[in-house]
Amino acid sequence: MVKKGRIIAFFLIVLIFGGLISQTVMGITKEIKLGLDLQGGFEILYQVNPANEGDVIDQSALSATVGALNQRVNVLGVSEPNIQIEGDDRIRVQLAGVDDQQTARDLLSTEANLTFRDVNDEVLLDGSDLQQNGASSSFKDQTNEPIVTLTLRDARLFEDITREISSRLPGENLLVIWLDFEEGVDSYEAEMMSEDPKFLSAASVRQVIPSRDVMIEGNFTVEETRFIAEVLNAGSLPVQLEEMYSNSVGASLGEQAMEKTIYAGFIGIALIFLYMLFYYRFMGVIAVITLSMYIYLVLLVFNWMNAILTLPGIAALILGVGMAVDANIITYERIKEEIRSGKSMMSAFKAGSRRSLSTILDANITTILAAGVLFAYGTSSVQGFAVMLIVSILTSFVTAVYGSRLLLGLWVNSRALNKKPRMFGVKEGEIDEL
Amino acid sequence: MSFNFQNREIDFVQHRKKFFTFSLAAMLIGVILLLTMGLNLGIDFESGSQVEILAEEPLTAEQVEAEFAQIGSGYTPDDITLGGDRNEMATARFIGVLDAGEIAEIQSYFSENFGAEPNIGTVSPTVGQELARNALISVLIASVGIIIYVTIRFEFLYGVAAIVALLHDAFFIIAVFSLLQIQVNVPFIAAVLTIVGYSINDTIVTFDRIRENMKLTKRVKDFNDLAAVVNKSLVQTLARSINTVLTVVFAAAALFIFGGEAIRSFALALLIGLVAGTYSSMFLASQLWLIWKSKQLKKQKFKSKPQPEEEPTV
Repeated sequence: MVKKGRIIAFFLIVLIFGGLISQTVMGITKEIKLGLDLQGGFEILYQVNPANEGDVIDQSALSATVGALNQRVNVLGVSEPNIQIEGDDRIRVQLAGVDDQQTARDLLSTEANLTFRDVNDEVLLDGSDLQQNGASSSFKDQTNEPIVTLTLRDARLFEDITREISSRLPGENLLVIWLDFEEGVDSYEAEMMSEDPKFLSAASVRQVIPSRDVMIEGNFTVEETRFIAEVLNAGSLPVQLEEMYSNSVGASLGEQAMEKTIYAGFIGIALIFLYMLFYYRFMGVIAVITLSMYIYLVLLVFNWMNAILTLPGIAALILGVGMAVDANIITYERIKEEIRSGKSMMSAFKAGSRRSLSTILDANITTILAAGVLFAYGTSSVQGFAVMLIVSILTSFVTAVYGSRLLLGLWVNSRALNKKPRMFGVKEGEIDEL
Repeated sequence: MSFNFQNREIDFVQHRKKFFTFSLAAMLIGVILLLTMGLNLGIDFESGSQVEILAEEPLTAEQVEAEFAQIGSGYTPDDITLGGDRNEMATARFIGVLDAGEIAEIQSYFSENFGAEPNIGTVSPTVGQELARNALISVLIASVGIIIYVTIRFEFLYGVAAIVALLHDAFFIIAVFSLLQIQVNVPFIAAVLTIVGYSINDTIVTFDRIRENMKLTKRVKDFNDLAAVVNKSLVQTLARSINTVLTVVFAAAALFIFGGEAIRSFALALLIGLVAGTYSSMFLASQLWLIWKSKQLKKQKFKSKPQPEEEPTV
């Protein structure tokens, strides 16, 4: 007596899952963030050194630097920068999908160098005299013009400077504020007549200003003052960034790598599916269904984790397919053994599932152990790989053990397969008589 | 086609000396290769800069060198390798770290003249050395962790045999990469560590069956009894071993053949490691365990323990 209900349940589950996958898989794959090796972009590892002797690079200095780098990147409008502290004194900046790599790179690597100069381009003050986060954009009291205000570390310094400058002749009593003054290239003289001078402002100083607060005014828009304030805050960092490692991937090379890897992955998975169908017959069908679920779930979990998919990550995903296949194979071989020993389909299925579980568990736990160590001691790309591997193993365990058990169990319990060992790839002649 | 080895008599144990000799010879050759030829370290491990160029047309090394000369006199690559299906990719390596200005110059030159922005990587020596050191530490820590886990779940001898097989596989890949002088980079380390994971996975499956058969077998007194158990277990898991390695090799081979330049060396390392992993779990780990276990049994006999079939597992 075949219980049709179970078979209907099987098809319902498969249909629901199939529908879910076909409806959502495109959305999920589109949402997954790609590493810069897959979409182009660049990565720089900075060593953070103290700018002044005696300064200490501690956790707060590092996070201030990260904040500043973030601001700089945001100024450029780069989407989703990944800036992380690594170890005790390093910062890794990853900008994926940057169209204009050169500008972004310049913005990061050249510090926004603020200088106050006189008309002869002599430096009077620089960014290190500025208080941390001391720049902000605001409006002038009476005219409501957008201005930038700065706070200096030392009030006496500004008093001395303004005293000196205010004593000069008119036309020479100017305090010129520069951002990124290029020594030997820029000069006040060359820029003073230009329509759009390179300096931020040139204010005449007529009296001594005994204050820590400095005002920069010019023909600024609100956006400009905000930009200047942000860049100044970033530029006044008390640290020096030394480039230790950099890697930039052209967009087309990254794209090519991704296309080829995905194509290769599809071929590999298709071959696995064919082999499983060919070798395990009916159980192969179950394997193909659970493997498809596995791939879908891995992508889903990966998306939830907001993780970034890299080349090694894709490889780990495909390798995870191998692990899931292994779990299937271990179970199916066990079931075949039990069938051969003369057991009924139902008890062969039960014994096979039960006995294969501890093997799969041991094998998976040891691999997770290795992946965990990899995560703890690896650097970014190796870490990403380790995360992907762990997610893969856990997901493969759920789908290949429990998914397989559920789906195959429905068929076995329906009794439709009773006395049909060939469906499991077992010949009648191989079965021992009990 | 069906791999049904259940009723076939295959004596793996009988050939164990051949396997040991083969592996020892391979290890020895590996050590010699590493000492003489060394590894072809990519810039991930050696200070320097690497520029990868993608062109529409096939390239030659001379052409690439000429292109760099066009940028300026200081740009002479120390090494150029070509890649891609039609040699349309080139990798130029420079000893010494290019600065941001130089990188910008190279980038803009190739984007203008080739229509594709090149990949440029630079690294200072400390980063690469740290990475290699961390990887080595990872493997050692993972080994200790695995031994502890296996000792708890199985027994100490299984753990040690599994680690020997694991180190064998990792070293085997390194030796092959030294022989073929393929560039070693960060993904290569990921590959070696994957193989470490796969190798242990594979070994544990075989050991699981040996443990189970040890429980089922009433009397395990001497080497011959043990050998029978190991043989039986290997035969019973043979179909699974072959099928698993075949399917994973499908995936790795597809990556190697169709995966493109970026992932080729990674896939090759996987491919070599997967085969080595299956070989070592069947022919090394189980056989080593057999020898060690039989010695342990002998010792116990000398102690004249009245329990010859003492339960080997916990």
